[in-house]
Amino acid sequence: MNKKQKKVLVRILIAAVLLALLNLVRLPELPAMILYLAAYLIIGYDILRKAGKGILNGRVFDENFLMAVATIGAVALAIISGSGDFNEAVLVMLFYQVGELFQSYAVGKSRRSIASLMDIRPDYANIEVDGKLEQVDPDEVETGSVIVVQPGEKVPIDGVVISGSSTVNTSALTGESLPRDIAEGDEIISGCINLSGLIRVRTTKPFGESTVSKILELVESSGSRKSRSEQFISRFARVYTPIVCYSALALAILPPLVRIVFMGLGGDWTDWIYRALTFLIISCPCALVISIPLSFFAGLGGASSEGVLIKGSNYLEALAQTKTVVFDKTGTLTRGVFEVSGIHHCPIEDEKLLEYAALAECASSHPISKSLREAYGRELDRSRVSDIEEISGNGVIAKVDGHTVAAGNDRLMQRLGIDHKPCRSVGTIVHVAIDGVYSGHIVISDVVKPSSAQAIAELKKEGVGKTVMLTGDTKSVADRVAADLGVDEVHSQLLPGDKVSEVERLLGETTGKAKLAFVGDGINDAPVLSRADIGIAMGAMGSDAAIEAADVVLMDDDPLKISRAIKISRKCIRIVYENIVFALGVKFACLLLGALGIADMGAAIFADVGVMVIAVLNAMRALHCSK
Amino acid sequence: MKKTYKIEVDCANCANLMEEAAGKTEGVEKAAVNFMTQKMTLEFAEGADIDAVMKNVVKNCKKVEDDCEIYL
Repeated sequence: MNKKQKKVLVRILIAAVLLALLNLVRLPELPAMILYLAAYLIIGYDILRKAGKGILNGRVFDENFLMAVATIGAVALAIISGSGDFNEAVLVMLFYQVGELFQSYAVGKSRRSIASLMDIRPDYANIEVDGKLEQVDPDEVETGSVIVVQPGEKVPIDGVVISGSSTVNTSALTGESLPRDIAEGDEIISGCINLSGLIRVRTTKPFGESTVSKILELVESSGSRKSRSEQFISRFARVYTPIVCYSALALAILPPLVRIVFMGLGGDWTDWIYRALTFLIISCPCALVISIPLSFFAGLGGASSEGVLIKGSNYLEALAQTKTVVFDKTGTLTRGVFEVSGIHHCPIEDEKLLEYAALAECASSHPISKSLREAYGRELDRSRVSDIEEISGNGVIAKVDGHTVAAGNDRLMQRLGIDHKPCRSVGTIVHVAIDGVYSGHIVISDVVKPSSAQAIAELKKEGVGKTVMLTGDTKSVADRVAADLGVDEVHSQLLPGDKVSEVERLLGETTGKAKLAFVGDGINDAPVLSRADIGIAMGAMGSDAAIEAADVVLMDDDPLKISRAIKISRKCIRIVYENIVFALGVKFACLLLGALGIADMGAAIFADVGVMVIAVLNAMRALHCSK
Repeated sequence: MKKTYKIEVDCANCANLMEEAAGKTEGVEKAAVNFMTQKMTLEFAEGADIDAVMKNVVKNCKKVEDDCEIYL
């Protein structure tokens, strides 16, 4: 409990004891009244002050105002009618404060537990100066300097390990609990926790551009995009509170007037004013205005503790309505790690062909070129390559050692008018032509992620009607992967631009509230990510463009996280609706009873505080989602 | 110019109100308040005097939620 909460608790205890004593001991009227008023002020002075400030600042109708008017009214009634019964006014304030205290305590506690899970901000970096370690602000470490990470410390800045080996815990970044081994030469990302050995890291980025800063920025600014439910509640509160205030006023004035003027009866003023005050207490919208944003915060927090970063509650809402999920194949459903699995129809040495192909593709960032370079295995001398021309979706033409080398798919060969041999192996085929003469092809195949099939099945279970796979790969590869995984629809041999138009076509097919999510690995698919209703980038911690364009970022590359994200958001939205229906239902029922004079202030304070506490407890459920 | 401040606020709705109030302050381009991490991220307009703007941000936030705290 923090200081503020302790203070409220003390006030609650004092007021409660005072109230109990006043009810046990009979005092003369005047001292009793003074003590009652003292109890009332002890428990409620801050509410009165806030209500007063609210009026001065032009924010008249809020919950403090409602409470202040209702209790002051009750006190005034007790004085005027001479009943001397101040119990109700004090009780209302007392319960209101108990409810507020409980809600702030419960919320604070869960908030801290989530925040600690996400607490990846490194406070310092160790720099070695004259053989001694010195702690400095990570912001001040220049790129390229060497930092030391001791066991138990967080890696503050992205870099490359230059000496030492260790295991690191990446769970704060990826949600993956298995520690990862790292050794000399490995890249290491900030935010991991070094578990076993001392390592030296040469930083490759400034702190501000390191992974940990990016994640923190994403998490911290995720509140600003509001869901429709939240907008609805804040608009609702703006209209609702004035309406109930005026209704209460009408309830206090109109029925007595009617009785006097038309029925010739007594005004019965105190009774009707009492009903109006009860009405005011019941109508306090706290339960809604507190629990709805809280549900969304809890949902976003719960998701991020599992390695799913959602950029705002509007996307949480959209995720819950996802009916179509479109996948990019490479790097999403498959590992994106290509291996050269064969070299066919090659008139020259296989090694030579690979060397030419690798050199021609040396400037490309495409995963295919990477695997060519890896298969070649030796350092590439880039000065041997010139005039590189990359033809998107086709391949590369470059001059290597004075020879024109064309490496790409059959479209490239057709384009160049070179006769080429088709391949029966399943995989990506890179045809190579040297000086316009066909020189064989290299087969590269990709590996499907072990959890992909289960991920598709889980999505179906979550009610996703259609799964689609888009790929630039050949039809044979795509069809086989799709059949293995159980994907409904597959579109192959797409250029990057085709993916956008394919997603646009699918968007046109979705009806009503159904939403379309696109899942990609963030390489070359930023335009598609931003075009879809929800762009999900996975394992995107390295790609700035993806973090920028995506609405949801999965910190590791496990496709199972997609169905998790949908499940979490569904649960959160369900809780939001439960709370709206429950709170409004109880309120309207009590409002009716209050107006009819059946519910007294005791029932009223339950309708307010009780409903709020229940709604808050319900909202906290959004933090945790069963597996 | 983007800066993050630590804040203290008790309820999620108050956090939303603070976000709105801070966002409307002159010199602030965009405001985001995260209740879970208790952080306020402000994007300042170019050439804005941050100290002066922050004074107004605190004032405006206090107006909507008396109990809030912004650590400058």
